[in-house]
Amino acid sequence: MKMPKPDGQIIDRRREIIDALARILPGEGLIVDEEELRAYECDGLMAYRQLPLVVALPETTEQISQILSYCHKAGVKIVPRGAGTGLSGGALPLADGITVGLGKLNRIIDVDFENRAVVAQPGVTNKAITDAVEAKGFYYAPDPSSKIACSIGGNVAENSGGMHCLKYGLTTNNLLGLEMVLMSGEIIRLGGKHLDAGGYDLMGIITGSEGLLGIITEVTVRILQKPEVQCAILVGFPSSTAGGDCVANIVAAGIIPSAMEMMDRMAISAMEQFVHSGYPLDVESILIVELDGPEVEVDYLLQKVEAIAASAGSTFFRASNSEQERQMFWQGRMSAFPSVGRISPDYLTMDGTIPRHRLPEVLGEMAEMSKKYDLRVANVFHAGDGNLHPLILYDANKQGELEKAEKFGFEILKLCVRVGGVLSGEHGIGVEKRDLMGEMFSEIDLDQQQRLKCAFDPTGLMNPGKVYPTPRRCAEMSWMHVKADKLPFPDIPRF
Amino acid sequence: MAEDIRPQNENELQQLIASAYSAGTGLEIIGQGTKRGLGHRVKADLVIDLSNISGITLYEPEELVMSAYGGTPTSEINAALGAKGQMLAFEPWDPAQIYGTKQGKGTIGGLFMTGFAGPRRISAGAPRDHLLGVNAINGAGEMFKSGGRVVKNVSGFDIPKLMAGSFGTLAVASQLTFKVLPRPEAVRTILLKGLSVDEAGKAMRAVMASPHEASGAAHLPAALSCQSEIDEIATSNTSITILRVEGPRPSAEYRADAIGKMLNSFGHISQLRSEKSAMLWREIRDVQPLCSGDAKDLSKHIWRVSLAPTDGPRLANWVEKNTKADFYMDWSGGLVWISLDENIVQFAEKLRSIVSGFGGHATLVRANDDASGDASGDDRDLVGVFNPLGRAIDPLVKRVKQSFDPDGILNPGRMFGAEQI
Repeated sequence: MKMPKPDGQIIDRRREIIDALARILPGEGLIVDEEELRAYECDGLMAYRQLPLVVALPETTEQISQILSYCHKAGVKIVPRGAGTGLSGGALPLADGITVGLGKLNRIIDVDFENRAVVAQPGVTNKAITDAVEAKGFYYAPDPSSKIACSIGGNVAENSGGMHCLKYGLTTNNLLGLEMVLMSGEIIRLGGKHLDAGGYDLMGIITGSEGLLGIITEVTVRILQKPEVQCAILVGFPSSTAGGDCVANIVAAGIIPSAMEMMDRMAISAMEQFVHSGYPLDVESILIVELDGPEVEVDYLLQKVEAIAASAGSTFFRASNSEQERQMFWQGRMSAFPSVGRISPDYLTMDGTIPRHRLPEVLGEMAEMSKKYDLRVANVFHAGDGNLHPLILYDANKQGELEKAEKFGFEILKLCVRVGGVLSGEHGIGVEKRDLMGEMFSEIDLDQQQRLKCAFDPTGLMNPGKVYPTPRRCAEMSWMHVKADKLPFPDIPRF
Repeated sequence: MAEDIRPQNENELQQLIASAYSAGTGLEIIGQGTKRGLGHRVKADLVIDLSNISGITLYEPEELVMSAYGGTPTSEINAALGAKGQMLAFEPWDPAQIYGTKQGKGTIGGLFMTGFAGPRRISAGAPRDHLLGVNAINGAGEMFKSGGRVVKNVSGFDIPKLMAGSFGTLAVASQLTFKVLPRPEAVRTILLKGLSVDEAGKAMRAVMASPHEASGAAHLPAALSCQSEIDEIATSNTSITILRVEGPRPSAEYRADAIGKMLNSFGHISQLRSEKSAMLWREIRDVQPLCSGDAKDLSKHIWRVSLAPTDGPRLANWVEKNTKADFYMDWSGGLVWISLDENIVQFAEKLRSIVSGFGGHATLVRANDDASGDASGDDRDLVGVFNPLGRAIDPLVKRVKQSFDPDGILNPGRMFGAEQI
């Protein structure tokens, strides 16, 4: 993976750029010392590191607007950064770019129970939104595993999902309004506390845009009342095919559980060694099915799910009897990453989505690849929506092992695309999967997307080098207007 | 009248658009044309009718996904889904009553590109929330794809969302892939009579803030409840407020009872079941209260106003006190439908200023335009169908349009009339 060559002229102007930023951000809003810049050299994708030119930590939308406006004129690149928990390198710094950290914009601006809306600054953590409304029984539904640390602005940028998006949707389905600063410094506001905003759905395109279109400075999300009862069911199967069948049959029966999570044998054993969730160890796959709603509904569906699981060949079935037990069932799954971190010095987290019924085939091929690369792989799977997280175990201290693990991961993602799926379900493309975009999209598809980026960022200074494998200048992509036989300026030589 | 062309397949469609691009020909893109009254009148040289590019190409009920060509009749989609106990959860509307066209018509492409959802919007989202992927042809005649067939997907920009509700002004969707959901096993409708607009707003918001997952919350004032085709409603001589719960049978029953208990203090509670309940929600969905009886006259203009649920009753109160308009509320107060037959310019100005003060959006869904097709003096152009683009967003919206349709040949003017978008 290669990043665009840094612009030496910008690096030479570092002093001047720092002075300009210091005028916008008085006090402690700038980080310039190498020692302190280290904290920003990577995000959750730690395999790639780069010191930024400088880090700016603004406190207001107005300051962000001034920073971007200055950079727009001065030709300086920008990398937006939320909590830095992203897993695809979307916040990887540029040597010739300013990293704009949004951690100081961490206030909840408005809690409106009547309209079931919370307005928050982008640096507020996902969990802090639930914390702010919990006393009245409300919560914010999307719950990525990193919810304690990840920021709501970052959630919008990556369209984060979580365990419960099967029933409650992704970030994009729970977002009501946005404020964003464009690269030019212009501030735009979209949506609000109403549902249909009219005009083009710019909010829809900004959600999941991985910081390529602008800097999000305010977010309005919808909150929900907590269900009366939640019940987690632990089901064990002698094969992953049986587990997959069970998931398909639950959905075919018209049941949409609030979550359906699957884990394979390697993942189960790693988790069970780390936290004792009571997972059976003599099965090939475990499914956690969570039902929620009034008690009558949960009881009614529980019986149905039990019958479906039995007919799919389950060998283990246990429904949580208390909130404590429910938490315990989830504990293992929630600690998937640290658990795997204990059985291997390093691991790569992959994130593809596949049509669910292709799971047995994908797991089979993955097992073959595991032999070929001589690297272990553990699988956790948001089974309800087909989002697969293979964790590839490797040792970075062994010569060439990271490269091998990356190759393995790429092969898995290509497989996901081949069976009708996509490269990323919720972690984003970032720099990690950038060079695989051609597997999924044609050049025309990618040009259309990059033209859309140009509409937001004509100078191409906002988070360049991410998502798109071939960076294109906006001018390069404007259509050549061939009107019948009239080419504009026919005498000018063309390439 | 512009000439009408019906391409037979995606390739023919692409070639047509490509040659229109090089010749600078403005195109009006239609499915069955049932929603032509929505949006500005298109000023085009040629009409491209997609109804021959039709058919379901993929349906996997256990994966909750379907793909179909843009010209596929919505009725065909609904029939296929119904056979498997599934549905389009956003509750697609039938615009026939508003525009005086034939019932049960329309295409899946038209449905997504106009982007309206019915009463279930409050729990299931809008068409944009269900559109997963598109194959489309941009205004330069290039065929591209975006999105996919899976729900969880962060692989490049989510162009399907941008296209939903774009009225075919960005690209022509030749094929769409969308999420489908199981039909609820049981439906219960809770009915309250005689509430004022404010009381109704309070009752509906209280239910939405409960854990009962209401999938409908609407209020019809007395003037409109008498228009209902359900006797029980029509003869009540008072306003009605209705709430809907859906799900497995024991759950729907439990929730309906619980809501009844919760709203005890608002007055007498009753329940509507099965056919009657479905009929009533269909009336709400299709704007029938503003389209029957005296209101049947197509000359009245109809507005659809989306705003925060607490602002719905405030707007409704203003309408009641200051105008002769009819109105009703859906989406727990977050949607107000209004019809009026006089002085559109003055009303539009006032309405838009009130709505922009609240923060919301007013769409002119039906205008009293001359059926002869004379575009001069068109009410839609006079007051604008959508809220005018704000100064901050105007240049961005134009650049977005140009990034798909550089010469503005796709449905010119459909969304913003004079702005050529």
